[in-house]
Amino acid sequence: MSEVAPNIREANKRESVTGSSKGFDEVLVDVKNLKMHFPVTDGVFIPKVVAHVKAVDGVSFQVYRGETLGVVGESGCGKTTTGRCILQLEKPTEGEIIFYGEDITKYSPKEMIDVRKKIQVIFQDPYSSLNPRMKVGDIIAEPMHVHGIITDPVERRTRVHYLLNVCGLATAFADRYPHEMSGGQRQRVGIARALAMNPEFIICDEAVSALDVSIQAQVINLLEDLRDEFDLTYLFISHDLSVVRHICHRVAVMYLGNLVELADGDELFENPMHPYTKLLLDAVPIPDPEIEKTRAHAVIKGEIPSPINPPSGCVFHPRCPKMVDSCTKDIPQLREVKPGHWVACSEV
Amino acid sequence: MALLEIKDLQTQFFTSAGTVKAVDGVSYTVEQGETVAVVGESGSGKSVTAMSIMRLIPWPPGKIVGGSINFDGQDLLTLTDDEMRNIRGRDIGMIFQEPMTSLNPVLSIGLQLMEPMIAHLGMSEADAMKKAVGLLGLVGISEPERRLAQYPHHLSGGMRQRVVIAMALACDPKLIIADEPTTALDVTIQAQILELMKNLTRDLGVAMIIITHNLGVVARYADRVNVMYAGRIIESGIATDIYHRPRHPYTLALLKSVPRMDRQRAAKLDPVDGQPPELTKLDDGCSFRPRCRFATDVCAKSFPPLEEIEPGHTSACFEKENLAKEVKDVIG
Repeated sequence: MSEVAPNIREANKRESVTGSSKGFDEVLVDVKNLKMHFPVTDGVFIPKVVAHVKAVDGVSFQVYRGETLGVVGESGCGKTTTGRCILQLEKPTEGEIIFYGEDITKYSPKEMIDVRKKIQVIFQDPYSSLNPRMKVGDIIAEPMHVHGIITDPVERRTRVHYLLNVCGLATAFADRYPHEMSGGQRQRVGIARALAMNPEFIICDEAVSALDVSIQAQVINLLEDLRDEFDLTYLFISHDLSVVRHICHRVAVMYLGNLVELADGDELFENPMHPYTKLLLDAVPIPDPEIEKTRAHAVIKGEIPSPINPPSGCVFHPRCPKMVDSCTKDIPQLREVKPGHWVACSEV
Repeated sequence: MALLEIKDLQTQFFTSAGTVKAVDGVSYTVEQGETVAVVGESGSGKSVTAMSIMRLIPWPPGKIVGGSINFDGQDLLTLTDDEMRNIRGRDIGMIFQEPMTSLNPVLSIGLQLMEPMIAHLGMSEADAMKKAVGLLGLVGISEPERRLAQYPHHLSGGMRQRVVIAMALACDPKLIIADEPTTALDVTIQAQILELMKNLTRDLGVAMIIITHNLGVVARYADRVNVMYAGRIIESGIATDIYHRPRHPYTLALLKSVPRMDRQRAAKLDPVDGQPPELTKLDDGCSFRPRCRFATDVCAKSFPPLEEIEPGHTSACFEKENLAKEVKDVIG
C-alpha cells in the first residue's frame, strides 16, 4: 500500500539483530532519587497548599545507550510524570537527572535548548499532538527551523522528504494536513518529527497504545528498525505489558510513585519476584484459549490508594497477599537479588 | 431455539461522502447462557451491530435497511418504539465502554440503579432500593447502602463500571451486550471486572455478547468468536478453532501481528500492510483483498460467502483451502 515505502517493507522483513541486552554498558541517563510532588491547593483568591500528590516518590534508574528501557504500571503510578521530568517539562521536587555527566534539573531554560535536541518525545495521541493548522511537512520541519539546524528551506524540505520515507510515508504527505491521515500515519509523522533533530534518546509515552492491532504492529516494527538504524535509546512508557515484552531490553515496574522491580525483560516476565509484578502479569490475558484455560486468574483485591496519602511502609502492603507486619512500617529498598534483577520487597 | 438470531443485518449511514455500509449482511446466533465475542478493529462494524440489536442507531444519518433480529421469539426490527423500550434494559442489558459517560453525573447511584426496576418491573421504591443494595453487593462494591446516595464522580473508573454492570443486571436480563467493557480500565481492574462478569453470567445463566478489539480478553472469556472486517463477519467458530486453526487471512494476520506477553523478545511482528478500506468505497469483491497475500483474480469478482469448513467453524474466503495447507497451526 501507498502508506508503507518499499525500503521499510524490506526492513520489516529483516530479522531483528538486537537479540540480547548484553553489551549495553554506557550510562546515557542516570535518574537519581527522583521525586515529583504536585501541590494540592484550596481556596480561590488566596490558594493554600493543603496536601501534595506524590506522583513520583524517590525513583532511581539508569538508561544505557542503545537499550530500550520499558516503564510499566497502571494509571497514576507515575510513569508519565517520570518521563516528563526527564524532559524537564516538570521541575522535579527533588533528585537528579544526569545526562552527559551533568545534572539537567539545575539547567536554565536556555541551557536546556541544547539538551532538547538530544532528547525527543513521541506522545500517545496522534490526534492532539499534531497542530491541525499546519501541513505535515511544516510540522516535521519546525524543530529544525526553531533550533536553526538547517536554515536553507530547500535543504530542509529535502530532509523532511527523507524523514517521511524513513518513517514509511510517501513524500506527498508533506503537503497534507493531519486530518487527512489515519491514526497510524499520524503516529508516523510524530515519529518523523522526533527524528528530525537526530536525537540520541527518545521517550515514547504510550506511543502505540491508541492504535489498532494491525497498525500497532507496523509502528512497533518501525520503532525497532529506527532504533537499529539510528542507534537510538528509548524510554518506552506503556501500560501494555505485551508490547513492552516485545520491544524492551529491560523493564521497570512502577506502583504508586515507586519503582518496585527492575530486570532484564525476559527475566522479569519469566521470573517475576515482586508480588505486585506477579499479580500484574497474571491479569494480562494471553491470546490463546488453551493457555488461558491453564492459567491462574488471581486478581488483585481493591484499588490503587490515593497518592496524596499513600500507605505507610511498603505502598503495596494493603493489597499484598504476602504482607507481614513489618511491611506497614519499613519502606523496602530496591536491592539486587540476582545479577541485574532488582526488587523492592522484604519478603523476596 | 437460539436466544438471539441475527440474519443478514444491514445498517447503513447516509453521509455527504456517500453511503457507509457499516454492517453489511451480518448473521450470527447467541444461545442461552453463552458468551459470544465479536472482535475487529475500529470501523469494522462491531459496535454498530450491537447498537442495531438495541435499535439505538441514530436517524439521520443511520438506518437499519435490511435483515431480521430474532430475540426470544420476536423480531426486534418490527416492534414499535414503545415495545422496544420495554425490551431495552429489561430483557437486554447493555454495558458501554466509557463508565464516565454512561452514567448520569447529576443523579445518585441509587436513583439510576432503581430506575429500570421501577419502570420495567413496577417495583415499589422500597423494594427497588432493597434490590439495589443486593446488586451492589453482588458486583463487589463495599458498603452498598452508603453508595446509593453517592454520585458517579465519587467513584473510581472500576467502581463506576461495576455500577454499570449492576444496572445491566437489575431486571434479570436474558442477554447482556458489553461493548468494550474494560477498554478504559487498567489491566488489573480489567481482570477484576471480567472475572466478575464471567462469574455472574455463569451463575445467573445470562447470555453475553462481548465486543472487543483485545484478542487476549476473547481468548480468556469467550465460548465462540465472530471476527469482523469492514462490516462483515469473515470468520466464526469456537475460540480454540479460531486461534489455533484460523481459516481466514485476516484472522491469521491479526494473530500474527499481536505482541504476546508469553513470547520472548524476538523476531519481528508480522503486520498486515496497508490500512482498513474506506467503507464508502467498497466494491463487489472481497474487502480484505488489497491487503491479502492469498488474493487471486476470483477475489475481485464477488464477496466470498461464509462457508462451513468444519462443524461450527465458518470462513468467508475463496482461498481457505490454500491457507489451510500453508498454515498448519500458528500457535504451535
